[in-house]
Amino acid sequence: MNRIIRLFSSAVPRQRPWTWGDLVALLSVTVLVYAGTRLAFYAPAVIRGPEISLSPDVLPLYAGLSFTRMLIAYGMSLIFSLWYGNVALGNQRAEQILIPLLDVLQSVPILSFLPVVLLGLSAFLSQNTAAELASIVLIFTSQTWNLTFAWYQSQKTMPRELREVAAIFQFNAWLRFKVLDLPFATIGLVWNSIMSWAGGWFFLMAAEIFTVGKKDFRLPGLGAYLNEAANRGDGNALSLGLITLIAMIIFLDQVLWRPLLAWSDRFKLETLGSVPAPNSWFYDAWRKSRVVADWVRAGAGLALAPLARIIGLLASRPAETVDAEPARGWKTTVFFIVGGAILGWGSYLAIAMLARVSLQEWSQIGLGLGATALRVLAAIIVALLWTVPVGVAIGMNPRLSAWLQPVAQVAASIPATALFPVLLLGLLTAPGGLNLTAVLLMLMGTQWYLLFNVIAGASAIPHELEHTAKVLRLNKWQRWRVLTLPALFPYIITGLITAGGGAWNASIVAEYTVFGGKVHSVLGIGSAIAEATASGHYPVLLAATLSMIIAVVLINRFAWRPLYRLAEVRFRMD
Amino acid sequence: MTTTRLLELQNVTQSYGLRDRQFVAVRDVSLAIDEGEFVALLGPSGCGKSTLLRIIAGLTTPPEGRVLYRGKPLRGVNPYATIVFQTFALFPWLTVQQNVEIALTARGVPDKIATPRALDLLDKVGLDGFESAYPRELSGGMRQKVGFARAMAVNPELLCLDEPFSALDVLSAEALRGELMELWTAGDIPTKAILMVTHSIEEAVFLADRIVIMEKDPGRVVADLKVGLRHPRRRKSTAFLEMVDRVYATMAGQTQPEQVEMGTAPGGGRLRLLPDININDLAGLLEELNDFPGNWADIFRLADELKLDSDHLLRLIEAAELLGFATIAAGDITLTPLGETFADASVRGRKEIFGVRIRRLPVFRWLIAELKKVDGNRLTWSRMKEEFEREFLPEEVEHQIGIAVDWGRYAEILAYDDDKEIIYLDTAGLPQR
Repeated sequence: MNRIIRLFSSAVPRQRPWTWGDLVALLSVTVLVYAGTRLAFYAPAVIRGPEISLSPDVLPLYAGLSFTRMLIAYGMSLIFSLWYGNVALGNQRAEQILIPLLDVLQSVPILSFLPVVLLGLSAFLSQNTAAELASIVLIFTSQTWNLTFAWYQSQKTMPRELREVAAIFQFNAWLRFKVLDLPFATIGLVWNSIMSWAGGWFFLMAAEIFTVGKKDFRLPGLGAYLNEAANRGDGNALSLGLITLIAMIIFLDQVLWRPLLAWSDRFKLETLGSVPAPNSWFYDAWRKSRVVADWVRAGAGLALAPLARIIGLLASRPAETVDAEPARGWKTTVFFIVGGAILGWGSYLAIAMLARVSLQEWSQIGLGLGATALRVLAAIIVALLWTVPVGVAIGMNPRLSAWLQPVAQVAASIPATALFPVLLLGLLTAPGGLNLTAVLLMLMGTQWYLLFNVIAGASAIPHELEHTAKVLRLNKWQRWRVLTLPALFPYIITGLITAGGGAWNASIVAEYTVFGGKVHSVLGIGSAIAEATASGHYPVLLAATLSMIIAVVLINRFAWRPLYRLAEVRFRMD
Repeated sequence: MTTTRLLELQNVTQSYGLRDRQFVAVRDVSLAIDEGEFVALLGPSGCGKSTLLRIIAGLTTPPEGRVLYRGKPLRGVNPYATIVFQTFALFPWLTVQQNVEIALTARGVPDKIATPRALDLLDKVGLDGFESAYPRELSGGMRQKVGFARAMAVNPELLCLDEPFSALDVLSAEALRGELMELWTAGDIPTKAILMVTHSIEEAVFLADRIVIMEKDPGRVVADLKVGLRHPRRRKSTAFLEMVDRVYATMAGQTQPEQVEMGTAPGGGRLRLLPDININDLAGLLEELNDFPGNWADIFRLADELKLDSDHLLRLIEAAELLGFATIAAGDITLTPLGETFADASVRGRKEIFGVRIRRLPVFRWLIAELKKVDGNRLTWSRMKEEFEREFLPEEVEHQIGIAVDWGRYAEILAYDDDKEIIYLDTAGLPQR
């Protein structure tokens, strides 16, 4: 159970006032998107995608390709996260900008970047390389923020005494990293890696199937295979592809993540007793077969030692006395001045490009935002309506949860974007068509976060309170109002924050799609972005992308954060 | 015999925070430690004794004053000193042996030498057979033994102990104290001097040759007492008890000028910290004293009888004195007639007396005046914070407001809405307008 709570709650930083760091963060995002859009003008107007084979023989190859993209992106995320966190930890002035930037970036709908990144890279790279790189950049961007936050947070919350031990016994940077910093962060990094991978699959599938108008950005991989199968109406290939994907995800869970979790338990600071240690059959078997373990360990040691050394060099911070004053070198000042100049110039150019967007186009973007917001809302409401009663039923009934949990976990592990082609195949011709499909896709992306959070919340209701409710003879409605709903509130909010982000992301692929050789689209910000990409109307692309990013960041700030704070203060059980 | 001066602090002042919100942790402390000495730093929580220990170990560099080690100014971490921590500060992911070895590895000692040396030290502290255990498998006492072994591994000249026994149960603490004294008096270890921070008076008298007593607000040294008792010391001996009494008398008898004693309102000079106490505990203490013949008691005996640790008891006594319920003289506490009345009063009566007394405190006088000034007699928590932040360390501010609100609520002078974070004047407790 504990695993699920950790897995499906995002690391939301505590209430933070607006600072000028937020402004810098938003401007940086603006300048980055602008740069991509600027490059897009040089992108070819027609991009021919690769031939996607539906033969079962290519499945291992496609699975391998998809997995490799994930692995490369993850490796980059990990190194970047350690580096970024260390810069923030080592320099107070940088920290004031980097942490708000991190906060903004992790609430930005990553998929909204996809068209800009794809077009920008296509401008100077061959189309296949551009698409490959774009998918990796996309996955990287989706994975890195929570890892960074986990690393930063762990280093910030490290007990003062342990840091003092490192100082008083004169650990050098490498020893400190190896013995203190990394072990202390391990649990957080492992949990967040699992989250990052789950999210990564979602974005990988989206990247692999991305096609707009005459620009086919697809990549050979499992996502494209599923997409092609649905396009051609090949049910067999569709099931085979899904089975391969699910098998790969379950395999990774069993032989990689679970063992890692079980292993990382040793890095707990103090055992609290009540929380059972995560277990893993694979890890147990591994430890029992000493011969294999020793042999593999020796091999891994040889291979990984130099790698670890490199990561250590990048990631370890210089040894410090504990109360060291922040360094205020001239280098930082120069960096800030140059950075400020680039931001200022970039923002100016971005605004100049935005000025080319007509009033009518702006109003279209505004309408699209509204339409997508309504869809997101609908998806969330439907998700709430079914997950709350079902989650409570499962959470309060250990027997039911014992066999429903694994089922739900497998269902949740399938990235919603992989199922999108299946949905299209079944529903595009139904009344409501793409509108219905879009809401359904959002629903699939969101409901699991909610369900698992509700289950976690329901099973955390203290038995004493349940008994009290019984003794007081509260009727069913009173019990929901006085006990169940308040107890669930923090969990539901946590679930909704993650779910909301997922739904916005889904709009990019869900509102505009090329299916069976025909373009289908509905009014929405996602389709606005996709259509601007297809028609090569790049100022509108910039305007739509920025509008979506800013809208989501604002919704996070003004709707979710206050609710989250309320949940933390008012409805916490302790 | 001439003694060698190991360490010297000259007029050390340590403060935190920026210019206008400065908080002084220790002010103008001068202190010397000679070879062969076991010095105890004794004082209530918040008197800066741990800060002083960290300055001596070189973890913190004070902005004012000089730190000399063997006559030379100390720069950075003191390579001749080491610390044993209250919380043990062991690496939970390393075995007992690795925890000790790492201290040697860090100094570039090769494994070939580090391993036997670690094993030898673990043997010396009696952890033979637990080398491959992880800290979480050990009891508190055994973990602290690992802490000692790790500290000894680097052959420190100056051993700094930061309340090393206070996280242990009574029996383990007692056993470990005995073992430390054995090592120290037998001269088995290269350690030249020991500096121990503690808030237990008995522990200081039991172990130390010299007791340096500190006071808070601001943290400063108020007395430096020699303990002329021979080892091993017996806790029940008259000489021992006399020494304990003397220390109690020194600690509880620190009186300050009236203004310092009562504190001032924000903006009017240095605020006095309200002692963090449970009002029920205070009532309990006064009732207990009321049952004593003559309404007085020896503070040390009282601690023993009530099974309270001295820190907790001293905070209660501080509150009783601040509110005029008791007077302190020469290690004794005597109930005032007001304190007697309070002890005898009903629940309502107690609230009234308490209310009358805290209204005399400048902090409350200021608070009530501020509340009356505004429409609706309310202040937000954040507004209070701004005022308090001028006087206290940021982390102390919330705590102090919390205590003020708690006292005010008990006396029915204040009401507090936690949802909106607003402090109200409790109009029910005031004459009608």
